[in-house]
Amino acid sequence: MHASFVFVLVKYRCSFSLYFLHSIVLCVGGSIVLRRISRRRELRLKMGIRFVLMVNKQGQTRLAQYYEYLTLEERRTLEGEIVRKCLARNEQQCSFVEHRTYKIVYRRYASLFFLVGVDNDENELAILEFIHLLVETMDRHFGNVCELDIMFHLEKAHFMLEEMVMNGCIVETSKANILAPIQLMDKSS
Amino acid sequence: MALSGMRGLSVFISDVRNCRNKEQERLRVDKELGNIRTRFKNEKGLTPYEKKKYVWKMLYIYMLGYDVDFGHMEAVSLISAPKYPEKQVGYIVTSCLLNENHDFLRLAINAVRNDIIGRNETFQCLALTLVGNIGGRDFAESLAPDVQKLLISSSCRPLVRKKAALCLLRLFRKNSDILNVDGWSDRMAQLLDERDLGVLTSSMSLFVALVSNNHEAYWSCLPKCVKVMERLARNQDVPQEYTYYGIPSPWLQVKTMRALQYFPTVEDPSIRRALFEVLQRILMGTDVVKNVNKNNASHAVLFEALALVMHLDSEKEMMSQCVALLGKFIAVREPNIRYLGLENMTRMLMVTDVHEIIKRHQAQIITSLKDPDISIRRRSLDLLYGMCDVSNAKDIVEELLQYLGTADFAMREELALKAAILAEKFAPDLSWYVDVILQLIDKAGDFVSDDIWFRVVQFVTNNEDLQPYAALKAREYLDKPAIHETMVKVSAYLLGEYSHLLARRPGCSPKEIFSIIHEKLPMVSTPTIPILLTTYAKILMHSQPPDPELQNQIWAVYSKYESCIDAEIQQRAVEYLALSRKGEALMDVLAEMPKFPERQSSLIKKAEDTEADTAELSAIKLRTQQQTSNALVLTDQRPANGTPQGSQLGMVMVPSTSNVDESAVDQQLTQSNGTLSVGDPQPPAQDHAATGDILGDLLSPLAIEGPPGVSPQSEHNNNVPSHENTLDALALAPVGDQESTVKPIGDIAERFHALCFKDSGVLYEDPYVQIGIKAEWRGHQGRMVLFLGNKNTAPLDSVKAVILPPSHLKLELSLVPEVIPPRAQVQCPLEVVNILPSRDVAVLDFSYKFGTNLVNNRLRLPAVLNKFFQPVQVSAEEFFPQWRSLPGPPLKLQEVVRGVRPMSLGEMANLFNSLKLMVCPGLDPNPCNLVASTTFYSENTRAMLCLIRIETDPADRTQLRMTVASGDPTLTFELKEFIKEHLVSIPTAGQSSAPVAQQPQATNPPIASSDPGALLAGLL
Repeated sequence: MHASFVFVLVKYRCSFSLYFLHSIVLCVGGSIVLRRISRRRELRLKMGIRFVLMVNKQGQTRLAQYYEYLTLEERRTLEGEIVRKCLARNEQQCSFVEHRTYKIVYRRYASLFFLVGVDNDENELAILEFIHLLVETMDRHFGNVCELDIMFHLEKAHFMLEEMVMNGCIVETSKANILAPIQLMDKSS
Repeated sequence: MALSGMRGLSVFISDVRNCRNKEQERLRVDKELGNIRTRFKNEKGLTPYEKKKYVWKMLYIYMLGYDVDFGHMEAVSLISAPKYPEKQVGYIVTSCLLNENHDFLRLAINAVRNDIIGRNETFQCLALTLVGNIGGRDFAESLAPDVQKLLISSSCRPLVRKKAALCLLRLFRKNSDILNVDGWSDRMAQLLDERDLGVLTSSMSLFVALVSNNHEAYWSCLPKCVKVMERLARNQDVPQEYTYYGIPSPWLQVKTMRALQYFPTVEDPSIRRALFEVLQRILMGTDVVKNVNKNNASHAVLFEALALVMHLDSEKEMMSQCVALLGKFIAVREPNIRYLGLENMTRMLMVTDVHEIIKRHQAQIITSLKDPDISIRRRSLDLLYGMCDVSNAKDIVEELLQYLGTADFAMREELALKAAILAEKFAPDLSWYVDVILQLIDKAGDFVSDDIWFRVVQFVTNNEDLQPYAALKAREYLDKPAIHETMVKVSAYLLGEYSHLLARRPGCSPKEIFSIIHEKLPMVSTPTIPILLTTYAKILMHSQPPDPELQNQIWAVYSKYESCIDAEIQQRAVEYLALSRKGEALMDVLAEMPKFPERQSSLIKKAEDTEADTAELSAIKLRTQQQTSNALVLTDQRPANGTPQGSQLGMVMVPSTSNVDESAVDQQLTQSNGTLSVGDPQPPAQDHAATGDILGDLLSPLAIEGPPGVSPQSEHNNNVPSHENTLDALALAPVGDQESTVKPIGDIAERFHALCFKDSGVLYEDPYVQIGIKAEWRGHQGRMVLFLGNKNTAPLDSVKAVILPPSHLKLELSLVPEVIPPRAQVQCPLEVVNILPSRDVAVLDFSYKFGTNLVNNRLRLPAVLNKFFQPVQVSAEEFFPQWRSLPGPPLKLQEVVRGVRPMSLGEMANLFNSLKLMVCPGLDPNPCNLVASTTFYSENTRAMLCLIRIETDPADRTQLRMTVASGDPTLTFELKEFIKEHLVSIPTAGQSSAPVAQQPQATNPPIASSDPGALLAGLL
């Protein structure tokens, strides 16, 4: 009886310990270079921007766009967690927050927070300025954009974001090009 | 309102906004959902405009976090609306509400395709965006050619082509076959010549995905990327619209440099020169400016350039420039830059040999550990962890300990774990290690996981010199007024084992030790009480001659717990009470715990599990440090006495009375620095411990390895080990002896057997090496990967792995390196092709040298017959004609099998299924029979259907009649024999009998089966 118990335990351990040194994979005949490539390769399925959120000071979501599918429940939890984390921070702290397996890059404009979830190896400052580009684009269209503009022109905010980000990648950074379809829509209505 | 006409939507939004609480909001939303639902029901009456309005409301409600489980059809139907505004809404809302697996999306596939191949550019854009965001495999197959055509078409305008690029990226990720690598690499190179920066930006994203998948195919694109960088860095041909605060599209620059990081090197000297010129320009030319946005954008480019330089890792001068820059960044006030400085410095540790320069910034990094911002604290903790080595371990660990007291809760566990790992890895001496862990428990007991204190107990147990010191320390902590429960556990354990070493000190008599530990008993929780009970038993054992007063006190405790509701406590109390009345015999059963087998630190394992990157980093560091670090090496055991019988059985149990022996430590140090192979760490008496779990070992209260015949008391008197003796024993130990003593951990046959049923697991393990296997089987081919892991801090030499293939298998093992670096794992792929059906087994002849030990093992490889099966479900209509068409021998064979291991029909069905023989229920009208089928693959037979029928006799489970049929006589025969082996051989009985046989205490089954440690281990 004793022995068989021990055995069960050993088997259980083994299934984990197989990978005990998994992180130091040296390919056969491999060099440092090869290892680095394989590290990079892990990132293949990553997608850059995972979501863009606009949330006000009270933590109410004003715009949410996800580039990976999450169920409603997952979204609610996620938004709750990151809003709590980011809103508690002050001006002297940096604009990056680590959350679960990714990072939030965020920026505050008056009462509105822009939160962008990105993969860990994304260039944080580039995303930070991308947020500002989004805000400047909105400014150009609305003229000094505020929370209410985004609330009541939800569809336009969506159109702009859609012109700028697609499938988690930046697609356009020229304001004129971003705003062109919206102007088309305004004209037609 | 510019919402031009959608007044209903505005009203609704402001209603929701005016709601004073969540409850009101919910009511309002529910009302609206009801309204939309009824409107959608009589759909005929809805104008496109109304539809559009309601669909927007749905999106808004969804965004607020409410479930919208209807109306998806309406959103999708808007896609085929003729007018732009409706169509646009349809596309956007569909891509927000649905995911790629949604059924409605398939309905839309045609409408989407029509828009993509249509003439209307704006419609094309909408459709491409939708597919780019949520397109699944269906889309990939039906749309890929159209999308490719748009991307490379010269007549298409940039606004369509940029969307096509990212759309193609999505489709490529769903199905990488849509792009033919050979043809596409030239097209990709052309795309990178693009003038329009919008198209170039999205093409670059596509390129990053492609090149990360397979950089070999895209070498021709590398010069193009460098060209793009040159163009941007020199600001040539960059329209104003793409310049951001004077910087030519920083995002495109970042993306391009990211793409370049997927190529291992840049070989062409002229391209290389051009690239380095650009990088140099970025490194030198980035200044801090007042404007925040400009500053951020230029630093975004700078940090990417740093990453690229680190990746290329060649120009020494440039590297030192980078380190200097990072050193500057970690000291600036701007928090973002400081954060990124720390982050990139950590990355730098991984790729280059710049430790010494980074160490100069240690003080600054430690300051960041106290930064008010948790993000920055995290980064600096990571960096400190990464840069720690023997030279600075003391400082860094002490800083971490000091910080632990004030650190926020979110970080304490990580902090405690990291401090424990560093202390273990880089301890300059072991007493310091004990100090650190005890301090850790004292300061942050709640955050010290069990692994941490298990580990310190292992260390103390394995290092005799450490035992008195650890016991003394534990005793000191017990004097503190309030101590954490973990501290109670660890001190009770240590004092139970080693308090007799302190006997002469004031306050350390058995009685005093007992009373101070017993004081804590009322405060501790149930899991701790058993540990305390064991401690009392050990104290009792060590107080010779027995002190009647102490004995009565302890017996009183046991009597009290004899009826405890907790089974573990009760059992220990009852057993110890009975045992302690046995007088002298108590010495046998309660002897000191044996040493633990050398194994990888569970802490390091834990850290590796949680964070692969950090672990990689620490492993690389460990490799460079192992020459100087002795923390792990010291755990190697030395035989405590020279007589062969003693080293067989007695030595691990003999409580050593010698105190800390400085010269012995010195001797060991020189030894370990020399050869690293100090005898054999696995005395046979430890096989039990070796197969057990840490937890089982620690909590099992009885060291009952010793056979009853040996009296430890006498050995205790005779064999006080002196270190000369020890060295003699070492010097004289013949190599041959050591070879035979490297014992595998676990039962090899059992491991092989388990691997016959599953595709990954451990094939072999001993104190030095672990060989894991992962296999994939497809038809008659298979691919196995052998994971050869060196568990130690010294390299394994002369590694040889030779496959001895049977005639029916073609096996090709890739090159196995001769040396496995310390703590590294090597993967060796092994290609398998099955030519003929056969039950023969391939053998791996594996040998290595560890120090002077030559270890050789022949291991069966689990490339067995059933790996080439593919279970198939056969219906009655298919089965019977097949069965009849195979008339009799040699294609159909029947045999009555006797001596079958008794099992129920259900168990047998499970066994068959696990052998990939699919049991087809209901085919045989007799419920006592069993019919199974499978497809066998080999090069000669191709796919071949096999049918099996088993008729059992409910009255006599030990015999059955088996009929096997297939289209190949050899296959039929081999399969029949194969099944017979599995029915007759007794794997489960073997499981329990094999380990028992190795254990000396098997001669004493009543005690073994009631061992609470084993029971506990079983429960866990």
